[in-house]
Amino acid sequence: MESIYHDADIQKGDSSTKASTTVVPLPNETDFSTDSINHSLEAEEKIRFFSQMLRIRRFEERSLRAYQQGHIGGFLHLYIGQEAVAVGSVSVMSQDDHVITAYRDHGHAIAVGMEMDECMAELYGKKTGCSKGKGGSMHFFAPDKNFWGGHGIVGGQTPLGLGMAYALKTKGTKGACLCFMGDGATNQGSFYESLNLASLWNLPVIYVIENNGYSMGTAESRHSAGEPLARRGEAFDIDWSVHQGHDLYEVRSAIHKALSRARENSRPSVLEIVTYRYRGHSVADPDQTYRSKEEIEEYKQNKDPINLFRDKLLKEGVLTDDKIQALDKAAKDEAEASAEFALASPFPDVSELMDDVYWETDNPEEKSSSGTIFFESSR
Amino acid sequence: MAEITYREALNQALSEEISRDSNVVLMGEEVAQFKGSYKVSEGLLEKFGSERIIDTPISEAAFSGLAVGAAMMGMRPVVEFMFWSFSYVAFDQIFNNAASVRYMSGGLVNVPIVFRGPANGGTNVGATHSHTPENFAANTPGLKVICPSTPADAKGMLKAAIRDNDPVCIMENTILYNLKGEVPEDEDFIIPLGKARVACEGNDLSIIAHGRSVQVALQVAETLQEKHGVSVEVLDLRSIRPLDLEAILETVRKTNRVLLVEENKPFCGVDAQIAFLIQEHAFDHLDAPVKRISAIDVPQAYSKALENFQIPNHDRVLAKAMELL
Repeated sequence: MESIYHDADIQKGDSSTKASTTVVPLPNETDFSTDSINHSLEAEEKIRFFSQMLRIRRFEERSLRAYQQGHIGGFLHLYIGQEAVAVGSVSVMSQDDHVITAYRDHGHAIAVGMEMDECMAELYGKKTGCSKGKGGSMHFFAPDKNFWGGHGIVGGQTPLGLGMAYALKTKGTKGACLCFMGDGATNQGSFYESLNLASLWNLPVIYVIENNGYSMGTAESRHSAGEPLARRGEAFDIDWSVHQGHDLYEVRSAIHKALSRARENSRPSVLEIVTYRYRGHSVADPDQTYRSKEEIEEYKQNKDPINLFRDKLLKEGVLTDDKIQALDKAAKDEAEASAEFALASPFPDVSELMDDVYWETDNPEEKSSSGTIFFESSR
Repeated sequence: MAEITYREALNQALSEEISRDSNVVLMGEEVAQFKGSYKVSEGLLEKFGSERIIDTPISEAAFSGLAVGAAMMGMRPVVEFMFWSFSYVAFDQIFNNAASVRYMSGGLVNVPIVFRGPANGGTNVGATHSHTPENFAANTPGLKVICPSTPADAKGMLKAAIRDNDPVCIMENTILYNLKGEVPEDEDFIIPLGKARVACEGNDLSIIAHGRSVQVALQVAETLQEKHGVSVEVLDLRSIRPLDLEAILETVRKTNRVLLVEENKPFCGVDAQIAFLIQEHAFDHLDAPVKRISAIDVPQAYSKALENFQIPNHDRVLAKAMELL
């Protein structure tokens, strides 16, 4: 069977990156499959999680190809390697829980149920994109799915997530906000200001540090004093813990506990989920200066979240090789169709440039102000 | 109509809007127990409790961002900056998040928030506490910016801002907080954003100003009338974005001579844009080049002797007006 994770490499003819289908034993792994939140899972649900991770990966691979073909501009921060974090986290959310994240947001978007079509079209800058082509890769939004973006400035979303938790608590909703961030964001001041308020005001926010080891090209050992990063919550009396992000069951278990803490005690958490990205910081990152190929290989071979979960499900008898092939083909076909959809979609018309800036100019019948709001340099 | 101070007018607006809409809260440093650094929120904690009048730590980035996040989910927070100068440590939250989220989400997410506080010099507090960022806020599509200059405007425009579905930045003025004026008591007294006000009518010269500079302009108008028999029209912009371009052009067409006065620094200041618009739209109506008086272009000076000269004062404005006559 073909490897799950490295389509782009295979296309370049690099056979050395093919994964083994045998189960790779990992040392000192705790088995989270027996945890109450995982123990009761139906086969169908497990297959759905597997399929979600696969869909994210195939979407990302297809978007990389589209970027290389010149259809996507700007930045493209790929989530490949980190899929179990988004899928595992979202899988334990209730309808009252909300998500906000940083610029590496495609995985979370698909995990909350956004369609590949609207996501790919957004990357292509098309009118049919989730933000009508006005947000781009870093700024996907789906408030109807409790997904509040996609934020481009490192750490800038950490006070916003706090505000969502504050709004939930104020309105008396028994929900929490999962605020995802990278390891690099832990060194932004707004994060600590947010931790202080989260604890002081007992807000149901969960900061999920997806520690992929690198703040852009700067390794954790070069960017952060004091490990683990989650321990920084300690100073604010916030419960913190560190988890392995290659194990979907472990992610589910950790997020479930934090959500319960938020729901029952209205207390925040800081979770550090150790993960890895196979691709560069963005596709503009040649990825040759700060880590070795061997290191990337090591993760692909031994800690790939999709392969590990696949092996678990094979062992549990939930999946068969045929079923895996069928799911993979479906994910690839869906990603391919989304690229076709994006390509065929129209660009936004320049007449729409000034839409969506102000509520008021979009709702002229309810406009309460007067005067000039847009200024052309000359006419 | 009762005569009350600018400070009391703001307080009334907050009180009425917090009563009216359960989504409205006031948060900021010292707004509750301390009653506000400038006592704008006096009595509100007692009236509404600590759930609605919220003291924050000195963490502008966190509480501004928190308020933006809450606004994205439908609340209507009013964020008080002790000084707008302190908003500079929350720049990302105001200028990236509040201003851009609606656009970046293709119109899916609204941010009905008010950022307010004093933005002025003239109080002898030096460079870090005297910024007037109405020009950069107005240079940021997605934000609205207003600078009320009277008690009535302070009330009517703050109420309009709280009811507005877009982010509004209100630049107040510590020196104006004690200014008295008649203010309607009607709970639906609203002054729409983007509507300028003719503060006094005249025929020979237009002085266009915003914020406290309107008060200076009125004093100069009085001097010119009394000592020189010159009739000055003073136009109070009230709102920078949206801007009442029609009112600006109307007064220019009427007097044919314009002096722009603002406390903003001159380079890329608000009045640079106003001057451009006047030459673009009313060039043929001008009998003289447009003149400007702004704060003198150095970091705000501490010494009274320097600062009183630095910001537009009666004598500097008068001298510049005389050049136009």
